[in-house]
Amino acid sequence: MTTPNRIILDKYLRHNKKFPHIWCPGCGIGIVLAALLRAIDRTGWTKDEIVLVSGIGCSSRAPVYVDFNTLHTAHGRALPFATGIKAARPPLKVIVFTGDGDCAAIGGNHLIHACRRNIDITTVVVNNYIYGMTGGQQSPTTPEGMKATTATRGVIDQPFHIAELAASAGATFAARSTTYHAKELESFILKGLEHKGFSLVEAISQAPVCFGRRNGMGDPVEMVKREKELAIPISKTAGMTFEEKKDKIVTGIIEEREAQEWTDLYAGVKKTAGEE
Amino acid sequence: MKKKNGQLLQGNEAVVEGALYAGCSFYAGYPITPSTEIAEVLSVKLPERGGTFIQMEDEIASIGACLGASLAGAKSMTATSGPGFSLMQELIGYGVISEIPMVLVNVMRFGPSTGLPTSPSQGDVMQARWGTHGDHPIIVLTADSVPETFEMTVKAFNFSEKYRIPVILLLDEVVGHMREKITIPAEGEVKVVDRLKPEMPPEWYAPYADTNTGVPPMAAFGDGYRHHVTGLVHDAQGFPTAKPEEVVSGMDRLFSKISRGFSEVCITEELYCDDAKTIILSYGAAARSARDAVETMRADGEKVGLIKLKTLWPFPKAALEKYEKSVENIIVAEMNRGQIYREVWRVARGRWQVGKALAPYGNMLTPDMILDVARKVTK
Amino acid sequence: MYKEIRLAGSGGQGLITAGVILAEAAIAGGHEAVQTQSYGPEARGGASRADVIISDEAILYPKARKFDIFLALTQEAYDKFRGDLAPGGLLIIDSDLVDPAGDRGAKAVPITAAVKKNFGERMPPNVMALGVIHGMMPLVAERKLLDTVKNRVPQKSVDKNVKAFKMGIKMGKAFVDQPAAPSNDADL
Repeated sequence: MTTPNRIILDKYLRHNKKFPHIWCPGCGIGIVLAALLRAIDRTGWTKDEIVLVSGIGCSSRAPVYVDFNTLHTAHGRALPFATGIKAARPPLKVIVFTGDGDCAAIGGNHLIHACRRNIDITTVVVNNYIYGMTGGQQSPTTPEGMKATTATRGVIDQPFHIAELAASAGATFAARSTTYHAKELESFILKGLEHKGFSLVEAISQAPVCFGRRNGMGDPVEMVKREKELAIPISKTAGMTFEEKKDKIVTGIIEEREAQEWTDLYAGVKKTAGEE
Repeated sequence: MKKKNGQLLQGNEAVVEGALYAGCSFYAGYPITPSTEIAEVLSVKLPERGGTFIQMEDEIASIGACLGASLAGAKSMTATSGPGFSLMQELIGYGVISEIPMVLVNVMRFGPSTGLPTSPSQGDVMQARWGTHGDHPIIVLTADSVPETFEMTVKAFNFSEKYRIPVILLLDEVVGHMREKITIPAEGEVKVVDRLKPEMPPEWYAPYADTNTGVPPMAAFGDGYRHHVTGLVHDAQGFPTAKPEEVVSGMDRLFSKISRGFSEVCITEELYCDDAKTIILSYGAAARSARDAVETMRADGEKVGLIKLKTLWPFPKAALEKYEKSVENIIVAEMNRGQIYREVWRVARGRWQVGKALAPYGNMLTPDMILDVARKVTK
Repeated sequence: MYKEIRLAGSGGQGLITAGVILAEAAIAGGHEAVQTQSYGPEARGGASRADVIISDEAILYPKARKFDIFLALTQEAYDKFRGDLAPGGLLIIDSDLVDPAGDRGAKAVPITAAVKKNFGERMPPNVMALGVIHGMMPLVAERKLLDTVKNRVPQKSVDKNVKAFKMGIKMGKAFVDQPAAPSNDADL
């Protein structure tokens, strides 16, 4: 039985925080945040044991609105702060909420090393292909040919595929879904939260004002529909070439495996050191 | 093992001993000469005491992890040298505005960029003061010997906990790598300060509210006091604000909580200053040479005194102003091109002649170099 | 007592460890001691030096200025770190690796060769060098030095190092009463 959104919002939003939020009308970040809150609700964790950490950018403004221990760090640095919290106090449930620029550009090195450590942190990346807060500059995930204020003739750099990047860097859970597939997104986030080790869920999202408008993608509804059209489950990608997959959104669980987790391993180091 | 005559320790090892004495339970760092021994020794000792050591991917991640660990309740520390110190600058400001205690040790090496990685220098004095962007208060301590390194490391933790601010311990390669005798104080012999924790019910807790000391109590994540921490200018609840009255009161409190503690935070040592016409002012390794030079000149009957800075920032100007009437010359002895010299010159406002004895090439300032300058002045 | 000692050689010869042992033994013997170093970026090779000052009073300037003992195990280190000897100071060089040029009175001891011959290629010459120094000019009690050597060298090589230390003392003592090495002045 799923809890209605209204109950979830009432339970987890901060009542002493002045709304409205800063996101543009039609932005997908709220859909991703709601999916996260529903997933958290299904874990049964208490609000006191959860730490929600973010960097800088539109999506990184999310923590201020929700009633956990919340930490809005510097640009790109959510994962180092989160690593320090988790390593110093392993019982805490540490979740990072970040965006494509924050996580994969300025924070890219931290991302791959957090994956490599397999430390028990769940990272939710809102990938809307653009720097929204600064008004629409190209990000490391902007598809080739798309326009941004710093690529008015079209992006020429190859984009990162964040979930695959995380998996190849050692993340033991990596998945991708979209704001159209909000229920699937919620279930992937829940799997990530319950996974022991570093988990990353990439949420493809719409930025109608800073990205869609400049690229002729129509209103927010059309943008979300486009996600549905481009989505292809990973189960159906067998045999597809890189070129064939390039313009699709591959959804599903990209990596899921068991491996020893950092704080568990370090507990072992402490035990050995204490006995020496 | 306790030895009756004390033990031989390196300055960097004294940082470790001081940190553990002060209750440090978390270290995140990245290797860099000449600070690396601090990480190496803590990687062994922290887990033995139930603490956590983690080697991060770079210095930005190192200070980020320390700030995170501190928010989770751990006394945390990182150590680095010039290039790493430059990388850490942004998050020093984060720690200042979000009022997160931690200790950052910079064992200074010579030169901009890679410079002379194994040569001593005191070239980061101004960077320690102004390296991170925006107006901000900071506490920067230093030491000139192995025992003093221990002492000032404990003080660095104490100040960071008491005032909720990152404290920088600025050592130089000479002190960091020098080995000399130290007797580690017994537990309880030196005061250790822990951050004030909230005692009110969680719903009353305002993490950035003004108090009678200006320093609000600090709850750790997981303690039941759910709150928001941000690098944005924030109100007493920690929520972002741009309201002028909240910006004014929040930012003013950041400064005033430190300025209220000036008399405690600004630490100096004075020698033969009472009748001195000339004072040599120095700090760190250079202060050893300065003391040597002062002793030599005193033996020659010259009225020379020494002020040794153990706190660099806030600049302990009261220690100089005490001798406003009696002193004619101040000579600043340091291993750079005159960073504290400029500060003394600023503070002097023409009240004293300010001279300098400098070693700006990655070499140790010698007593002779100071004597050359001082004797010209006292002639 | 006030003595300044400089141990100069190349990275990997263990001279910083030798300096640490000397300073630690001095402290164990109730003296003040300071050890500093100067080294290059290399972990192996390059000229490096360790300075030790042993005193019965507080030591201010921590680097050696007028050496009571200057030991050089490589030519590069000799050339780079050679400074003034204090009156009565000892100049000790490795007889096979250092040409003291015009330095009269250099005690040329085949330290490296003796270490290699007796303990093999992989044994560093540092502890034998300490023995040689002690044989020529005892600074701290032999017992304290020996204890410190045992504490500071790797566990598995304690016996070898104790032997090397004692051998060094004999070599050093043998040199004390010998005439100075022939000066090269005649060749110039």
